[in-house]
Amino acid sequence: MNDMRIVERLVETQGNKISARAVQVHYGTSHAIKDVDVDILDKTVTAFIGPSGCGKSTFLRCLNRMNDTIAACKVTGKITLDGEDIYDARVDPVQLRAKVGMVFQKPNPFPKSIYDNVAYGPKIHGLTRSKAELDEIVESCLRKAALWNEVKDRLTAPGTGLSGGQQQRLCIARAIATSPEVLLMDEPCSALDPIATAQVEELIDELRDQFSVVIVTHSMQQAARVSQRTAFFHLGNLVEYGETGQIFTNPRDPRTESYISGRIG
Amino acid sequence: MSVSLLLLAIALLALIGFGLARRRALSSAGGNPRELHSLPGYYGWHGALMTALPALAGLLIWLLVQPVLIERSVSAHFPADMIAADSSLALTMADVRRVAGGIDVALTAGAMKTDDAGRITTDLAQVRDTLKAVGVALGSDVTTEVLAAAQDYRRLAALGATGRALLVLVLAIAGMALAIRATDKDFRARNRVEQVTLGALMLSSSIAILTTLGIIASMLTETFHFFEAYPIADFFFGLTWSPNFKGDSQLGILPLIWGTLYISLVSMLVAVPLGLFAAIYLAEYASARARAWIKPLIELIAGIPTVVFGLFALVTVGPFLRDYIASPMGWGDSGSSVMTAGLVIGILNIPFISSLSDDIINAVPQSLRDGSLAIGATKSETVRQVVLPAALPGIMGAVLMAASRAIGETMIVSMGAGAAARLDLNPFEAMTTITVKIVSQLTGDTDFGSPETLVAFALGMTLFVITLGLNILALAIVRKYREQYE
Ligand SMILES: Nc1ncnc2c1ncn2[C@@H]1O[C@H](COP(=O)(O)OP(=O)(O)OP(=O)(O)O)[C@@H](O)[C@H]1O
Ligand SMILES: [Mg+2]
Repeated sequence: MNDMRIVERLVETQGNKISARAVQVHYGTSHAIKDVDVDILDKTVTAFIGPSGCGKSTFLRCLNRMNDTIAACKVTGKITLDGEDIYDARVDPVQLRAKVGMVFQKPNPFPKSIYDNVAYGPKIHGLTRSKAELDEIVESCLRKAALWNEVKDRLTAPGTGLSGGQQQRLCIARAIATSPEVLLMDEPCSALDPIATAQVEELIDELRDQFSVVIVTHSMQQAARVSQRTAFFHLGNLVEYGETGQIFTNPRDPRTESYISGRIG
Repeated sequence: MSVSLLLLAIALLALIGFGLARRRALSSAGGNPRELHSLPGYYGWHGALMTALPALAGLLIWLLVQPVLIERSVSAHFPADMIAADSSLALTMADVRRVAGGIDVALTAGAMKTDDAGRITTDLAQVRDTLKAVGVALGSDVTTEVLAAAQDYRRLAALGATGRALLVLVLAIAGMALAIRATDKDFRARNRVEQVTLGALMLSSSIAILTTLGIIASMLTETFHFFEAYPIADFFFGLTWSPNFKGDSQLGILPLIWGTLYISLVSMLVAVPLGLFAAIYLAEYASARARAWIKPLIELIAGIPTVVFGLFALVTVGPFLRDYIASPMGWGDSGSSVMTAGLVIGILNIPFISSLSDDIINAVPQSLRDGSLAIGATKSETVRQVVLPAALPGIMGAVLMAASRAIGETMIVSMGAGAAARLDLNPFEAMTTITVKIVSQLTGDTDFGSPETLVAFALGMTLFVITLGLNILALAIVRKYREQYE
């Protein structure tokens, strides 16, 4: 618990990275996100927890406008990144997504080689000037995603030929290769074994130095381990949002309490 | 019993077999379907199949064999020299069948009595008149032999029909009995039924293959006949195509291959980019409303008969290209040209490429697009670098189909590019293709043994080999690509 207090003090010093106000999401007639207000802090790991279908992924996808690709999805309310409204007509979602990266719930490697999967982002954004530089980025990202040792001898093999957990880590490497300011991770460890999970959590902790990270997870322990802030969603509502230590030790809302102790799920 | 009646009987028996086998299976399990090895329906199907299949097979064989046997026995009525000459016997046998059929018709129409029908053997004029009255016209005079043969024919046919009915019914009932005896709760009915299904599937696929093999075999023999009459080297390496039915032909295939490939190339240069762009627009950019309109409209092109396209080439495209491009630039003044045919075939092929590619692009999972967009790729980067590579093997297939169509196209070529075999680089010159020459060598008054006619088969064979080679090449490319990516 002592550690937790140190972390808490660090958090206080961070400013807001993303602010969401009165966000509503409709899929056609169904109301998936109801009036959510959230402030995501800079250089902080924020965990989204909540029962299946409560809208965690949906809300996460609002933050980098990935919901634009779903025709039936309507987002209202205001979300700002560094004070700028990301749903403003002048904002280019392409540039927004270069700043707000995402790892999806289901691994979706491209049907390209492992190397090309990771190099894809740096290439399209022109982040490197030489092949050597690109090689370096690919290697360091694969190392950070705890995949390097498994794939270093077959970088030209197709990424789709990896196991599910390896694909998940490949997608993590792909997402961090563009050095986003915010990284949205939708259950990044759902297909990973305990060792790889620990490595990814270590990575998340490391990323906190430069980025802010939002992670969706179904594991209370993971949320408690890696995050400084936790948001609990239930049936499309943001029930409680606060410091992770407080949410897990002293929740204010009875629904949070029962979810954490395993009574609703 | 007529054949249709027999089929009905088989169907009925199969139905009974289904019911009986199913009942027996259930009762052997004491009415509890869980005790059975397979679902009750499978026992029923086993019963039905065992009833119907042997009976149908027997019927088929009988139908094939009976006419041969009857013909052989009836032909004893005719002199030996007539039997030796194949064609005249065939003509006479046709007469015999007509008379026999006519008598049957007359009987059913009531113009003849059953007793009379058996007795008429002499009064030829009367036979003709009676048959004419019921609408059966007899060509040549009916001879006594023909009449006697027809009577024989009718007798044998009636006998055959009885035998046929007996055989089929016995087979059906025996099959049913076997199936019912085999049925008990441990009998693996599902496996047996699935074996039959598998057999049916295999039969279907082999019919297509066997037909192809048959086509190749028949073409090969004629091709060999051609090469007996014409030197093989002159055919493959000759630079001149000038057939002459009075002899002294030059039948070099090179100008035709050149024309074929040249026209196909032009058409693919038109069809591949336009078709692919259309597909990308439809799959990635068009709204659902626009897509619902545009796709059927593009596909409409594919429904237009090629001869209409040929007219379009002949009347509109050809003169336009000549008057506005070729003549002013001094590239020739031919109305029919490689360009004309290539352009029009290309347009014809757009819907093939666009429609197939559109389906293929749509089948690329949305999660791949999301993955690319989430990294900050633009829509066009996503399409070019993620979606199209993933769809490429399928798109190759579509392009290949279009290429085969372009190579095999005949009507548009003969109306748009003309019929003159020529080796020329100028795309505004008239040229022609292999298929056009196949048609022109086989139509008209031709002697079927001359090299000028037989060359058509050698041309067809060459075309076949070219398309086959193209297919193999494309398959190899696709496989290489797959190894790299999947
Ligand atoms: N593309 C879509 N179209 C229509 N409804 C959707 C779509 N995606 C999600 N929903 C609905 O929105 C609600 C929230 O879904 P969401 O995927 O955000 O849940 P989640 O909290 O991520 O659940 P899980 O933990 O199972 O991933 C659900 O009721 C779901 O049915
Ligand atoms: Mg989710």
